[in-house]
Formats: sequence, C-alpha cells, structure tokens
Amino acid sequence: MALLEIENLVVEFQTATGPFRAVDGVSMKVHEKEVLAIVGESGSGKSVSMLAAMGLLPWTAKVTADKLAFNGRDLLGMSPAERKKIIGKDVSMIFQEPVASLNPCFTVGFQIEEVLRIHLGLDKAARRKRAIELFEAVGIPDPAERLGHFPHQMSGGQCQRVMIAIAIACNPKLLIADEPTTALDVTIQKQILDLLMRLQAEHGMGLIMITHNMGVVAETADRVVVQYKGRKMEEADVLSLFESPKSNYTRALLAALPDNATGDRLPTISELFVDEPSLQGAAR
Amino acid sequence: MSQAAATSAVSTDPSRRARLAEFWYYFSENRGAVIGLVFFLFLVLLAIFAPIIAPHDPTAQYRDAVLIPPVWQEGGRAEFLLGTDAVGRDMLSRLIYGTQFSLFVGVIVTTLSLVGGIFIGVIAGYFRGWVDTVIMRVMDIILAFPSLLLALVLVAVLGPGLTNAMIAIALVFQPHFVRLTRAAVMSEKSRDYVVAAKVAGAGHGRLMFKTILPNCMAPLIVQATLSFSSAILDAAALGFLGMGAQPPTPEWGTMLAEAREFIQSKWWVVTLPGVAILVTVLAINLMGDGLRDALDPKLKRS
Amino acid sequence: MTVVLEARNLVRDYHIPGGLMKKAKTVHALKGVSFSVEQGKTLAIVGESGCGKSTLGRILTLIDPATSGELLIDGNKIDITKGDLTPEMRRKVQIVFQNPYGSLNPRQKIGDILTEPLIINTKTPADERRERAMAMLKKVGLDERHYNRYPHMFSGGQRQRIAIARALMLNPKFLVLDEPVSALDLSVQAQVLNLLADLQDEFQLTYVFISHDLSVVRYIADDVMVMYFGEAVEYGSRDEVFADPKHSYTKTLFAATPRADVASIKARLAKKQAA
Repeated sequence: MALLEIENLVVEFQTATGPFRAVDGVSMKVHEKEVLAIVGESGSGKSVSMLAAMGLLPWTAKVTADKLAFNGRDLLGMSPAERKKIIGKDVSMIFQEPVASLNPCFTVGFQIEEVLRIHLGLDKAARRKRAIELFEAVGIPDPAERLGHFPHQMSGGQCQRVMIAIAIACNPKLLIADEPTTALDVTIQKQILDLLMRLQAEHGMGLIMITHNMGVVAETADRVVVQYKGRKMEEADVLSLFESPKSNYTRALLAALPDNATGDRLPTISELFVDEPSLQGAAR
Repeated sequence: MSQAAATSAVSTDPSRRARLAEFWYYFSENRGAVIGLVFFLFLVLLAIFAPIIAPHDPTAQYRDAVLIPPVWQEGGRAEFLLGTDAVGRDMLSRLIYGTQFSLFVGVIVTTLSLVGGIFIGVIAGYFRGWVDTVIMRVMDIILAFPSLLLALVLVAVLGPGLTNAMIAIALVFQPHFVRLTRAAVMSEKSRDYVVAAKVAGAGHGRLMFKTILPNCMAPLIVQATLSFSSAILDAAALGFLGMGAQPPTPEWGTMLAEAREFIQSKWWVVTLPGVAILVTVLAINLMGDGLRDALDPKLKRS
Repeated sequence: MTVVLEARNLVRDYHIPGGLMKKAKTVHALKGVSFSVEQGKTLAIVGESGCGKSTLGRILTLIDPATSGELLIDGNKIDITKGDLTPEMRRKVQIVFQNPYGSLNPRQKIGDILTEPLIINTKTPADERRERAMAMLKKVGLDERHYNRYPHMFSGGQRQRIAIARALMLNPKFLVLDEPVSALDLSVQAQVLNLLADLQDEFQLTYVFISHDLSVVRYIADDVMVMYFGEAVEYGSRDEVFADPKHSYTKTLFAATPRADVASIKARLAKKQAA
C-alpha cells in the first residue's frame, strides 16, 4: 500500500497581483521503505506541494486535491487536531536551514525531549535516555553533554543532525527532507546523506528528498519526480531517469550539468527545452 | 544569449505605478488606516481653507454672546454653531484655525527631529567606534528624562511660545530617530550592494546618504507619522501648562487651559478642543499603523 | 603571457578584543597564500565555509588590507593601508557577489546602478554614460527596456547579469567572482557560466573564481587552488589537480562530491541490493 498518496494537488496563493498557482495538478505516490526524490528548480513548487500535504501552509494558500491520503487515511477531511497527531509522529520533516529550524532560546536537549513528551508521553528519565540514544544514532559525539548545548554552540552539520534526531524521535513512517544539505558544505553533505540513507534502511522509513541537486538525487533516490513550474514533468526510477530521460525538460536539466560538459560552452535549458505556452499560462 | 534572457524574464509592470498599486493594496486592507487617512486629508483641507470656512474671526470677541452653548442646546444661537467661550469667541472658528497650528506643529517638529535624527543616526551607525559611543550616550541621557519634563525645562530656558515649544519637542523626539536610523544603517552597511559601491570607489558621504540611507527609510516614515501625532499631543500639553502657544492664539491645548475653570459648568468649552486633539491623534496613529503594514515587508502576509 | 595578479605570502589575522570574561584572541583567517594569475586565465579557489576564501577575495578586491604579505596588480605593489588605492587601481579590480538579491541596491534603477561607477571614477558626460550602460546591458544579454527598471523586477539570473555588467563598466583587468553561480538554478547557472566565458574571450579578462562546487570549477578553471583552514593545500593546473590530488583534504573533497552519472548510480544500486 502506498504510504502517501497525492492526486491532482492544486495550491493557489492570493497575492497583491491576483491568484498565483504554485502547484498545478501534481499526483504522486510514496511507497513504504522507498526513497522518492522530488527535483526541480526554484518556483517548481516542489516544497509547496509537500507543505500542502502536511497542512503547513499559511492561510493565504488554497489547497485542493482529488485525493490526499497518508497510510490510507484521508488528510483533507481530517480536523486540524487529528492531523496534528499524525504530523510530527508518523510523518516528520527536516528543513534546509538547520540552525534556523531550531529554537535559539532552548537547549537542543530540551527541544528533543519536548517532542518525546508531546507525542510519546515518556517520563523524565525515559526521555533523557531516549534523547541520548537518538543523539548516538545520528552520530553526535558525547551525547549526554551535547544535550545541554544551545543551537548557536553547534555547527550547521551538527544542527542538522539534531534536526534529524528530532525528526526520527517518534519512529516516523515517512520522513520528508526539504533540501536537507543545501546549506551545508560538500563534505558535511556527504555525511548527512549517508546518515539519512542509513537511518532510512535501519528504520524502514519512507523518505522524500526534495532537492535541486542532481548529484544528491543520483546518490540517494530509488524513484524520482521531476517538477517544473508547478507541474510534474516526469516520474521514473532513478536509473532510467539518468540513462534515458523521457521528458525534454529532464534531458535539458541533465545536459546543463557542468559535469556533462563536452564542448566549450554549456547547453542551456532554453536551447533544449521550449516551454509549452499552455504551461507558461498556467504557471504565469 | 538574448533568447536565454527572454525565458527568465519576469513580466512585471516596469513603472512606479505598480509599486504604488502594491502599496495601496496592503494599505487599503487596513480599514482603520483608510479612515485615518481620509480624516487627515480632511484636516489638511480644513487648515488650508480655514479663512474661507470659518464663520468668524477666531480672535473676535462678541461681548453680547459670552459662553453661549452649542446650537442644539437650550440657549444656543445659530450663528455660533458650537457655542462661544468665556470672552465670546466662536468655538467652531477657533477649532478650525486650531488645525492650522496643530498640523504646523506636527510638520515642523517631525521635520526637525527627522532630519537631525537621520543625520546623527547615519553618522553613528556608519562610523561606529567612539563617535557612536559618544552620540548614543548623549541620546541615552536625553531619553532618561521624562519627555514632557525635559520639554518643559527647555521651554523654561528658551522662554514660552509656540516656536520654542516646537524646538523643545523636536529635541526630545530626536533620540528615537537617531536610534532607529542607526540600527537600520548598521544592518544595511554589511550588505553586498554597499560593498559593491565601495569597490566602485564611492566615498563615505556617498555611501552614507546615497547608497545606504534610501534603504532605511521605511521604518523612519512610520516613526515620523507616529511622532507627528505625539508632537501635536505634546504641543497641546505644553499649551495647557502655559508654556506653549500663548493666548489668544487658537491652539487646542491653550484653549483647554483657558477653559479650565468651566470644566464643571460649561462642558463645550473644555470638551470640544479635547475631542479635536483626541480624534486627530487617533486618525494619525491609525494611518501610521497602516503605513507600517504596507511598508514593512516582514508583516506582509503572502 | 603577462601576469596580472600576484599574491606573495598573504596573511590576514582578525583580532577579537577580549571582554569581561573572555581573553582577547587572534583568528588566523589566512596563513600565507601565494599564487599568480596570467591575463585571460581563470584561477579557481576551492574550499568549504571558513577556509578563508572569502577573506582572500576581499583582500584581492582591495576592500580589506592584508596583515602581511604582498599583493601585486599589473606588477605594481599595492598596500591600501599606505594609501596606494588610487582611482586607477580601483578601476582594475571589480567583484561579483554570490547573492544577486543582496548585491544590487534595491532603491536604484538599473541604469543608475550601471552608471554609478562612471560617475564616481570618471568625468564621462551624461549621455556617453548612458550609451555605455546601454551597450553593456546588451553585452550581458539584457536589453534597453531594462534600463529604467528596479532590481526587484528581475529574476536571480538576470540580476547576476546586471551585477556582472556593473563590474565591467570600468573595464577592469580582473574580476573576483565570489561564488557567482551557487545561488542560481541549474539552467541559469549554465547561462551565467557561458556569459562569463564569452566576456573573458572578448575582453581578455582575468578571473579569480571562488567556489565550493567542484563540477563548476572543473568546467571553468585553468588553475585550481584548494584551501583548507586558511592554507592553500593544493595548487596547480586544473588537469593536474583533478587527475592526481596530492593532499588528503583534496581527496576527501573529491570523494564527497555527489556524482550524477549512470555508472555510479548503478554501483550504488548494486550495493544496496547486496546489503
């Protein structure tokens, strides 16, 4: 059974210049224990579609979908209170800016124990024990001492590890990682990706990787969804996507990678991929 | 190359009008702000056309019509719509002429403290170091006095009168602008476009006032509207205490002071100037709130 | 070939003054870096955050002085603390920043942004300034319509073109490019890299290209310098460095860079199957 099912999702924002359609009829499924990568450039609606599925968008957004279900349960008809029980426990998210996603006023230990208290109702001693276990699991050295640190005392990579520890605290069935390594250095990126892949395999989680980096896709994904201006351009397993991309857009994206440069100049997307007028109209 | 540019082209109206339209969109979302703006414009018109609108000379004393109540009360007379005061001057005309003084006070005080505050604040925020320390300590000292008390002392030194009251209030308001400007300059100073201007060879003066300052204006405009209303309030308070505009000037605070003895018996002599001050300050404050919503990108909900 | 830029043993220390509870300390941001770049060539400086590459960029752009060491531009020694910073020197060096959203003054029209360097440094009359700005706009792939617009009306890639145009207004000898494409989308990145290559060919420009992205560096650089904690741990021609990295840090860096080719995906999937 599919873990997360999205059918014909549309998200519109009200702006000063009229409605703006950020996601335009996107459908996708995430299966259990699967790594799905959603790739796209800025404005492709890749983050917005996931935030919409989680109900985390501000009130200016209008979300409609034919189907939006997690683990067989309909998310659209659910009351906000019920939805809250699922989000954070069965589904959790990590974000691009690890330092900004942690509350600077509290120690990281407090923040992870808060999640354990709210969702699992553990007592004080059990919370601390579990927090130390989690820090060990994400590879933070000296976990007992680190619990007392504030976010600003840790590096970006360490903060992202803390975020991951918080995200997996309740053994979620699905983890959504929104550009988890974009703000990090390459060597740290490698460590975090390795960590995510290891945890995914160990816990048997579903993992959605939202990224713009084709390298990250190649290193992590089982299946890939390519988005452009709020629309899904292609969905394929990772090998066939890189070996024989079906859509022109994907082909152009791969050709623009400097790794694949053959001549003096890089082929640009506009040379290889002509935006269909209908798409432009829809996405404005 | 041109083809490439075309695909990434953002189709936005290039004119200033688009910006203005966006500003109005956010401003008009706040109904109180629009009401405030309309009332403020009404006041401005009233002040400009006071000689035409006012039925009487504000200082003309009608000896036969002392303390006449407003027209809808028993004993009211149609020629004095809002009644007369203790020496027989028409209340309505005095209130209308009073707008002139209040707006004048607001404009002068705000301009003085804004210009002075911006200048000092930019210098403090740009140069930092000991210059900054000296300036900010002086400002802290000014801020440590109760503002009205300091204004009173200054007026006592300079001598009572509307001009001196305005100077005193401007001095008291200045530190708020200095602080605000300094904070804005400090955050803008490290931005890349400032470094880029420096690399292009811009000197200190150009960097301070042409590159950085225009980007610090939004919070200053909001603070200016809010201090406009405080200036009117403080000027009225000084007038009430006898240190501001001197009788027979039809200034609202001074009118209040003159009417003190009738507070129990003749309500209109006291209430009407008080209401005028209240409504004016309220309208300007509402407008200031709307301005902040429209100018501060952090508060924009989108 | 003439050497346009030469650095000899550049050092930069930051003194952090002590407070009530802390001792004063010195941070060595740059620990003696030397290199030289020939005209029309690109030197890429690679490293991760905190390695001192941006500090080096600021010294090369004559924004900050070096604590010690020598900097030679066109064979002339220059020390900005001694007042060597004449307008002629200033004109030889320009910079393009990483973030195109922060590097353009939001209250200035594009035309004013482009003509400002001319107003400050030259006595060019107004209509000639305008003409040159228009010509430069076309050169970077924008057009005259854009002259009177404000930066917020442009996309990230277009803004980066404007930033490049501004840097070129004074006909500099060399450009410091501080991560010029890392904030851009992949498709736009390709366009900007192509533009930089075109401009280099046309004006014989010398680039110092600061980046953390090895795939971009491999594409654009002639020489590569890898920095690690303020030191240049590897310096050589691109082919040398990429074919045979000597320092262990360079090797780690190469290994960590994600690879987007079919062979490595196959290898990864096979490994996953086996596990």
